[in-house]
Amino acid sequence: MKTLAGADPESGHLDELKRDPIGLMQRVRDECGDVGMFLLGDREVVLVSGPEANEWFFRATEEELDQAEAYPFMTPIFGEGVVFDAPPERRREMLHNQALRDKFMRGHATTIVAEVDGMIEGWPDEGGEIDLLDWFAELTIYTSSACLIGKRFRDSLDGRFARLYHDLEQGTDPIAYVDPYADIESFRKRDAARIGLVELVQAIMHDRAAGDPPERDERDMLDLLMSIDNPDGTKRFSVDEITGMFISMMFAGHHTTSGTAAWTLIELLRHPDEMAAVIAEVDALMVSGEEVSYQALRETPRLEAALKETLRLHPPLIILLRVAKERFEVQGEVIEPGQMVAASVTVSHHLAEAFADEARFDPSRYLDDRQEDLENPWSWIPFGAGRHRCVGAAFALMQLKAIFLTLLRDWEFEATQPLESYRNDHSKMVVQLAQPCDVRYRRRSS
Amino acid sequence: MTWVIKVDDVLCQGHGVCESEAPDVFTLAPKARTVTILDAQPADSRRAAVDAAVKYCPTHALAVDETRIEETD
Repeated sequence: MKTLAGADPESGHLDELKRDPIGLMQRVRDECGDVGMFLLGDREVVLVSGPEANEWFFRATEEELDQAEAYPFMTPIFGEGVVFDAPPERRREMLHNQALRDKFMRGHATTIVAEVDGMIEGWPDEGGEIDLLDWFAELTIYTSSACLIGKRFRDSLDGRFARLYHDLEQGTDPIAYVDPYADIESFRKRDAARIGLVELVQAIMHDRAAGDPPERDERDMLDLLMSIDNPDGTKRFSVDEITGMFISMMFAGHHTTSGTAAWTLIELLRHPDEMAAVIAEVDALMVSGEEVSYQALRETPRLEAALKETLRLHPPLIILLRVAKERFEVQGEVIEPGQMVAASVTVSHHLAEAFADEARFDPSRYLDDRQEDLENPWSWIPFGAGRHRCVGAAFALMQLKAIFLTLLRDWEFEATQPLESYRNDHSKMVVQLAQPCDVRYRRRSS
Repeated sequence: MTWVIKVDDVLCQGHGVCESEAPDVFTLAPKARTVTILDAQPADSRRAAVDAAVKYCPTHALAVDETRIEETD
C-alpha cells in the first residue's frame, strides 16, 4: 500500500490534517489511489475512497471495524463509562433512541417550530444581524434538548448551556490522537466547560428535588434518571453520569444540524435563483395560513434538494473513522488489525463519475429522474451509509425543513460580508463555521 | 400479478414510518430494532399505503417485489 509523501518523522501528517484536511484526503486519493495511507503521530490510517472501497467500509460490522477506539477525543467530552466505553452490542441498543421513532416526529416538528419562533421573537423589522454560528448553535441546543430529553429540561436552559457546549465541541483538536489530555488551551476550555455543564445540571436537579413533582405527562428523561435507585437506596446515576449521557445524546445532532442550517442559508444567498424557488415553495405551502404540518414538511422537494446539495458540498463530518479488528484485503491492499481505517465524506462527494459538474451547487441533481443521491449510495454519504447510516438522519432533515419553513415565511436575509468569505474552520475534528459569519435580516413585505 | 413486500434487515433501523402509514401491514415492537411485517401480501386495496411506506422509509429498507405468478394446474 502506498503511504502519502510528506510525513513528519514525529507527528506524521497531523499538521496537514489540522491545516487542510480536505486537501490531505484528496491527496491520498490522487497520489495513492482508492486505498492509501497517511500517518497521525505513529498511527497508520488507511484512507479508502471510491464507491467499491466505500461499500466495503460501510458494510463492515462493528466487530470488524470498531468505532469506539477511533474517536479518542470524545472520551473527555462524554466522560468515562458513556457510549464508547460500552461493547458494540450494547452500543447499538443505546444508539437506538426511542425519541427518534416516527410516531414522535409530528410532535418534534411542532416543538422545533416553537423554538424557532422563540428565537426570532423580538427581532426588529429591519436592520438586525445574527452570527450564523452562534445563532444556529443556540437554536439547536434548544431543539435537541427539547426533543431528545424533554420540554421540562429544555425550559431550564438558557444561552449559558449553548456557550459551554460550544467549548466542548471546540475541544476536539486532532492532537488527541497523540494525547487526549495534552496541556493546550482548547482542552483546558473543554474540561472547564464539562465541569460548568455538570454544575448547570446539578442546579436543575436541586430545583427539582426541592420543588413539587411534575404532572405525569410533563415528566422528562431527567425526572426518569433521577428516580432510579440502587437496591441500597442510593441514586443509580450521579450528576456527572447524567450530564455525560445528555452531552452524548445531543452531540451527534448538534454541530451537524447547526452547521448545515448555516451553510444552507449561505448557499441560498449565493444562488438567488435557488432561494427564489425555495421561497416560492414555502409560500405555496403557507398560503392557507395553517401551521406547519408534518405532511407539508415531507413534500418540499426544492427545499429538500437545497439541503441535500448543501450536505454534499459542506458535509458536517468530513472523515469517518474506525479501527480494524481483523486482517482485510481491499482491492488488493492488505489492512492489518490495529490500523485505523477512514472514509472521506468530502472526497466521496466530489467524485466526478458520481456527480455531474461536481464542484457546482446544483440542487436539481436530486430532482425528477436524476436522483444522484440514490444513484450513488456509496458516494453520497453525508449520513454515512448501509448499516451505519445515521439513525438521526430523518429527524435532522425534518428539523432543517421546519427551521427554514419558519424562517423564510416571514424574513429575508442578506450577507454582510463577501459571499465567498464564509468558510469553515477545519482546525478541530468538529468542523464549525469560521467567524465572522454574520447575515442581516429584514421582515418580508407582505 | 401479485406483489410481495421485502424488507432489508441490515438497512432497517426501526424508525416506524411504515407502521404510521400502514399499521395493519407493519408493526414495530416496543424495543425491536427492526420492523415486523404482519402481512407480506396484503390486498390490492392496501397498495397505496404500502407504496407510501416504501417512499418515505428513511433508510430505503423496503421494496415491493412484483412477481408474475405462473398459472399452474
